[in-house]
Amino acid sequence: MGRNLIEIKNLTKRFGDVTVVNNISLDIKENEFVTLLGPSGCGKTTTLRMIGGFEEPDEGQIFFEGKLLNPIPAYKRNINTVFQRYALFTHMNVFENIAFGLRIKKIPKNEIEKRVKRMLKLVDLEGFEERYVDSLSGGQQQRVAIARALVNEPKVLLLDEPLGALDLKLRKEMQIELLDMQRSVGITFIYVTHDQEEALTMSDTIVVMNNGVIQQVGTPEDIYNEPINRFVADFIGESNIIEAIMPEDCKVAFDNVVLDCVDKGFAPNEPVDIVIRPEDIRIVTNPDEGMIKGTVRSVVFKGVHYEMIIESDAGREYMVHRTIAFPVGSYVGMNVQPFDIQVMKRGDPL
Amino acid sequence: MSKALKRIYMGIIYLFLYAPIIVLIVFSFNKSKSRGQWGGFTLDWYAELFQSRQIREALYFTLLIAVLSTIISTIVGTIAALGINNMGKFSRTVILNINNLPVLNPDIVTGVALMTLFTSLKVELGFVTMLISHIVFSIPYVILSVLPKLRQMNKHIAEAAMDLGATPSYALRKVIIPEIFPGIISGALMAFTLSIDDFVISFFTAGTSVTNLSILIYSMAKRGIKPTINALSTLMFVTVLILMLIINKKSGKGEEILL
Amino acid sequence: MKKRVRILAYPYVVWMAIFIVVPLFLVLIYSLTSGDIHDINSLQFSFESYQKVAEPLYLKVIGDSFLLAFISTVICLILGYPVAMIIANANPKYRSLLLMLFLVPIWMNFLLRTYAWMSILSPNGIINRFLAFLGLPRLEIMPGNVAVLLGMVYNFLPFMVLPIYTVLSKIDKQVLEASSDLGGNRVVTFTRIILPLSIPGVVSGITMVFLPAVSTFVISGLLGGGKTPLIGDLIEQQFLFSRNWHFGSALSIILMIMILISMAIMSRIDKNGQEEGGKAG
Repeated sequence: MGRNLIEIKNLTKRFGDVTVVNNISLDIKENEFVTLLGPSGCGKTTTLRMIGGFEEPDEGQIFFEGKLLNPIPAYKRNINTVFQRYALFTHMNVFENIAFGLRIKKIPKNEIEKRVKRMLKLVDLEGFEERYVDSLSGGQQQRVAIARALVNEPKVLLLDEPLGALDLKLRKEMQIELLDMQRSVGITFIYVTHDQEEALTMSDTIVVMNNGVIQQVGTPEDIYNEPINRFVADFIGESNIIEAIMPEDCKVAFDNVVLDCVDKGFAPNEPVDIVIRPEDIRIVTNPDEGMIKGTVRSVVFKGVHYEMIIESDAGREYMVHRTIAFPVGSYVGMNVQPFDIQVMKRGDPL
Repeated sequence: MSKALKRIYMGIIYLFLYAPIIVLIVFSFNKSKSRGQWGGFTLDWYAELFQSRQIREALYFTLLIAVLSTIISTIVGTIAALGINNMGKFSRTVILNINNLPVLNPDIVTGVALMTLFTSLKVELGFVTMLISHIVFSIPYVILSVLPKLRQMNKHIAEAAMDLGATPSYALRKVIIPEIFPGIISGALMAFTLSIDDFVISFFTAGTSVTNLSILIYSMAKRGIKPTINALSTLMFVTVLILMLIINKKSGKGEEILL
Repeated sequence: MKKRVRILAYPYVVWMAIFIVVPLFLVLIYSLTSGDIHDINSLQFSFESYQKVAEPLYLKVIGDSFLLAFISTVICLILGYPVAMIIANANPKYRSLLLMLFLVPIWMNFLLRTYAWMSILSPNGIINRFLAFLGLPRLEIMPGNVAVLLGMVYNFLPFMVLPIYTVLSKIDKQVLEASSDLGGNRVVTFTRIILPLSIPGVVSGITMVFLPAVSTFVISGLLGGGKTPLIGDLIEQQFLFSRNWHFGSALSIILMIMILISMAIMSRIDKNGQEEGGKAG
């Protein structure tokens, strides 16, 4: 990973009165796997479409290898897209779908044949050349769409929720395959999804968006462990979000308890939100050994762990993930390590 | 209903449908000029049919108008449908409602309205006015059969083509048109059959200088029965029947095409 | 992109304005004026034509047109519904053949089909020759209303069968199985499930038969022999022979309005029917 391949500066897009992308700036490096993550309507797809050239920005610039991309039409950009629900050409067979871009570039016939064959091998669809796309399964259509884009050897591949139409098992398989492909062809992927798990699994960098604004940019670990605000914490993984104050550095106070943490630099008694992940809460059978005491209200088996809801004496409900279940009604103590408490500036209540 | 009852009922209905056609065919070979009386087998009426300049001319105009109006209305209708498909909801609704008028209005109203227009503009009724009128009532059907195909089409398909380097016009020719081709063909087929079959609108807009088959048949039938019409009917029926059988065989989807 | 593609519709919008909107507007203007149609300056606003429509003679023509169209629509429905049902339930092997046989006649010129009935029904046509041969009294239905009705039913029956067939063939067989599973016998299944579900087809069938029937002048001209003029005959006469375009225009406008009203009623029935169908289903 080296220099910036794409630079987005103060990009804004409005549809009528609605601002769907609001003044975003973002740098994307060569060979990076970047995921735009957010709920539907957060502006992630619109951002992707502006990079692809299907929407014109109202304000701001997109630079590609240092050159302004805005005035260049989609068909002249060295960027290819894998569309939501694929947009395959149903009147052509698999071979012709993949060869489409090469034929436009007037590449010699035998060269086209070679490159399409190579692509079919990459996406594991050898022998499917003559099949019509309507006769393929969802996963196979997905692979054709990827091959059709990759065969043009773009510098950047845009993927708009490419796995959204597949069932869970296939989606997991394709996630791994896509990641392998990205590593083997060595090009930049910009990937749009609303599935946080998918984003955490695949990305080098995650860009969390909400209401047209970038909330946080970081590695999956950063985003998960140190969400910058309540929205990110809530959207990524499950979490207990608690409104608290910081009486001094490395202390948070709420519900008449004061816990140690590792964050500094907030004003004395500044209101903050703190995040505690369900798996970071440890349960002790003796309530007096716990920082917070509470009663187990429900236990649900989730496969790998049990999900328990524990109501503290102060009436707050905590979600806790443990591999051992405690019976409903039992009175227990809960402990949290200081570095497992993530402190965030208080945002707007959700 | 029991099976036998069903069969009898369908038998009667099919008899009702085909009896007149059978009568026409049988009497086209009838030597006797009067109907209802069998005077022996003859092919005279067919000979007369092929010798009649009037009928040849009418057939020529019918086919010429049908071909021209089909070509023009298919092209114009497809282009218009592409535009309409990209319009906002309001303008689309307004345009489609106006577009539907010739479909919903009785032919006679469309006919007299067009006649009124041409006469008010002091355009003499003839070949051109009849051609224009056929295009007027054909385009709506082309649009109505192309538009659903455009709406069904994955809305990103044009973008996908351009993403792969196709210019907008290349994308239109190589991707969009082929994708909606079934709709264009069924629109064209509809335009063609409507034009061939039209009587009422032609009747009001053709004037006296041009006559198509429908107008000719109407005037002949009004003046009295002529066995040459029987011969003509027989030939037309056989042509249609053969065409339908070919379509049915070729596509195996006769039902869909018929509908 | 979208905006640029939109331009493609503009030529047709202009075309529609000239050849669809303006002509109907001219008809409306002629219906509301009197004077020489070839001299714009002589046109004057007048309600004369509409007053003329209200004369008993012409009211009867309009009434007759609607009555005949109504009766022929009812006959088509009664005859056509069972046909649609039988075809829809037929063995799939024969279904498309049955349907095709039903549709072949409509691919033949409409005038020829009507003409065919002239040979059969006319005073010295086949039926009467046959009756005479048997020594029975002559059948005198042509020219007359019975012959006109017969011609209408003959020509328009397929337009009733087709939409009903389409709807019936799309009914999920499991719905019918569900009905019998829940204790519905064949009559209940028909009246409570099939019939309500087929209402949209029935409605479009009725529209497709009624519209051409009410405005026809060919059938009445050829089979009715002018005995009972219909509104279509009257319009034809005004435009081609009497040259009273004002009156002809007024009749056209009235025909249009009445058809619009009937279609509005039909689409209401369609909606109600579908709601009921939804409840029953």
